[in-house]
Amino acid sequence: MQPVATTFFFYLLSGLALLGGVLVITRKNAVHSALALILTLLALAGLYLMLYAPFVAGVQIILYAGGIMVLFLFVIMLVNLERSQKEEQFNKQWVIGTIAAVGTGILFVLVFVKSRELPNLVREHVAQLPEQSNTQQMAVSLYGNYMFTFEIASLLLLVAMIGAVVMAKKRI
Amino acid sequence: MAPITTFHYLVVAAALFVLGVIGVLTRRNVVIVLMSIELILNAVNLNLVAFSRLWGLQGQAFSIFVITDAAAEAAVGLGILIAFFRNKETVNVDEVDLLKW
Repeated sequence: MQPVATTFFFYLLSGLALLGGVLVITRKNAVHSALALILTLLALAGLYLMLYAPFVAGVQIILYAGGIMVLFLFVIMLVNLERSQKEEQFNKQWVIGTIAAVGTGILFVLVFVKSRELPNLVREHVAQLPEQSNTQQMAVSLYGNYMFTFEIASLLLLVAMIGAVVMAKKRI
Repeated sequence: MAPITTFHYLVVAAALFVLGVIGVLTRRNVVIVLMSIELILNAVNLNLVAFSRLWGLQGQAFSIFVITDAAAEAAVGLGILIAFFRNKETVNVDEVDLLKW
């Protein structure tokens, strides 16, 4: 069965994601930036669903929009940002920084266009893997092929947790 | 309308990446710089998942590791931010110049 209105939803979701990104880097108030970032994250979760990746979409919503953004909002409440709101928001090198970033983006698109894989990239694709067993396949992949990587990731989280606690302590 | 191909997703991811880099390079507020890093990591994730539709599940598995990394980075970065704010009472990046002379 052919999915309905895929083109429309793609443009809607990617437009929302890019709008959220623009708002993140232009708002003066950090809380508004955080809310715009949540919009971007949710739109990206929708794009993952369109790419037949329901597990990654769920992890995106639970971990990013639920976990990491709560951490951000807590820290915004802990530090007093009122003074920095009255100051200049962009630093002195913002023109050259923007030019360099846009140049990087143009370079990326040029690499895609000139790539030898281009006919593969612009072909319409149907998912090779059935959506229903995606989570099972991910489990096999994470606990089978990538088990060592998975353990290293857990070690990384432990180290980050200890580091965050030590850093945020009053007296070390 | 034209069908949506992998190329479309790659262009969206590149645009998100550019927005994140602009945020990192131009903003002075450390909190927003950290949020821009999250934008960059999300652009990478979108690329990985888009490619996983072409070449199998490895991209999605890797995007889980990128999300783990983003969580660790956010925790440590915000911890540093709190420690810095306690000493200097500011959140501006260009006032972090302890190692400069």
